[in-house]
Amino acid sequence: MSDADDQLPLDQHNPRWHVRVRDLKKQFGTNLVLDGLNLDIERGKVNVIIGASGAGKSVLIKHFMSLLRPDAGAIWVDGTNIFALSSRDLSKFRRKFGLVFQFAALFDSLTVEENCAFPLKEHTKKSAAEIRDVVNDRLSALGLDGQQAQYPGALSGGMRKRVGLARALVLDPEILMFDEPTTGLDPLATRNVDEMILAAMDRYKVTSVVISHDMASVFRVADRIAMLHEKKIVAAGTVDEIRASRLPYLYEFIRTSGVAAAGVAPAPGIDA
Amino acid sequence: MTEPAKPEPAKPEPAKPEPAKTSVGKEIATGVKDAFAPVVRLIDLIGDHVILMVRAFAWLPRRPFRPGNYLEACEYVGVGSLPIVLLVGLFTGLVMGLQAVYAFRQFQLESFAGGTTGKALALELAPVLSALMLAGRSGAGIATELGTMRISEQIDALESMAVSPIQFLVLPRLVAGMLMAPILSLLFFIVGMVGCYFIAVVVQGVDHGQFVLHARELLTITDVVQGMLKSIVFGLIVILIGCYQGFNAAGGGRGVGLGTTRAVVFASVMVLVSDYFLTDILLRVMSSDTGIK
Repeated sequence: MSDADDQLPLDQHNPRWHVRVRDLKKQFGTNLVLDGLNLDIERGKVNVIIGASGAGKSVLIKHFMSLLRPDAGAIWVDGTNIFALSSRDLSKFRRKFGLVFQFAALFDSLTVEENCAFPLKEHTKKSAAEIRDVVNDRLSALGLDGQQAQYPGALSGGMRKRVGLARALVLDPEILMFDEPTTGLDPLATRNVDEMILAAMDRYKVTSVVISHDMASVFRVADRIAMLHEKKIVAAGTVDEIRASRLPYLYEFIRTSGVAAAGVAPAPGIDA
Repeated sequence: MTEPAKPEPAKPEPAKPEPAKTSVGKEIATGVKDAFAPVVRLIDLIGDHVILMVRAFAWLPRRPFRPGNYLEACEYVGVGSLPIVLLVGLFTGLVMGLQAVYAFRQFQLESFAGGTTGKALALELAPVLSALMLAGRSGAGIATELGTMRISEQIDALESMAVSPIQFLVLPRLVAGMLMAPILSLLFFIVGMVGCYFIAVVVQGVDHGQFVLHARELLTITDVVQGMLKSIVFGLIVILIGCYQGFNAAGGGRGVGLGTTRAVVFASVMVLVSDYFLTDILLRVMSSDTGIK
């Protein structure tokens, strides 16, 4: 890793930055959600985007897979501007990503096994036995042995999220995205989900993007943290850099979450 | 000597705010715009439905074809609606037959009950009533199912897995609607005729031979085909509206409920509205001697 990586043109493969967001702007009707947002996602690390509820975090990661299209700006993934892709190429490109939704978004008419097998049936020519092997491997790695025949409605929130992760992992994505993975979970389930994210990182060597406002969880899993506030990324850096930040809003955000910020109090006159 | 004090210059009175200039032309333009807003919204809505339909059918020749999805949709739209369509068809035939026998008996022409009821069933009652049943059952069901999938992010999940939700969810349902609606309409007609025969011949004592003879004279295969052609369009309208309302659901459970209500109401109204125009077109195209100008 070097500063030279930052100088590389956006349309080139960058050994450090996996995803580069530039001048992203998104408006829904009269509501401006993202306004010229810039962000770099580091390869092979857990990159956490924090911010208040309604700040636009989910909107931002939906742009990563072009589930939403911006009004202006670009997102470069491995040197490719995803918004310039044709629908056919975009469809192939999306397979680089795995997205774990806030409430898992499992297909409620399918069993756990069928949910996890779905992407494989759609995008590979594997036999039924091969698909079953892959699914069982992912489910087993996430502690979901024996749950194959269950329907999502019969699972707890934490288990649903693990099934969501298993489904996201079956196509071996390069980038895993988690939309508020610990929302609505008790502290133990939250810790389990955090461990699940770290285990997935360790085993599958993916780049992770997590959006969250649960700071205890953030500090457990994050390698890098970026703060989304007032439609822009106002701070980004390693965990230590963020902990030591003097940005008032960020400082307050961390302090009021009950997790001590290691940094000094904000200097007077510095506005978020 | 002191200079006489100069009179203070009178303070200028603060300028009264001029009444805002109202442009009559502007007001008229706003009024006209407001008056036509519902029309514009309606055109907008119809345009959105057409776009959804075109986007769906654009996927028809593209892989993967997923025949299982089509069969499942046909099963839901067709087989699932069969009991209610048959029940309504039977009772429609019974009541139409009864009314016809009583009306024609005044002129001793009750043997025409089969022919007239058959014509009414084939041309109007079977396609329209079976489409209304389809709207109440399948259209509402599809709006609810897709609406729930939308608000629980299952449609986003499909897209995130590089699967087109329009190809996966909308297209099979549209095709199923267009295939199943005419079949349901035909079955409605057949069961209705059975009901009519039962009430006229078995209950009211109309002569079997006369009943069949007049039915054959009055009722042509063109009538049945016309009804089925209408049904294809009705099936498309009902399922398209259901898919659109579900696909665009927002606002949680209440939003899904509203979408379902709209799906049934819009579909029912559109079936009846389009029926007039389709009838006009089909009578001109398919009937040799209609007297229609």
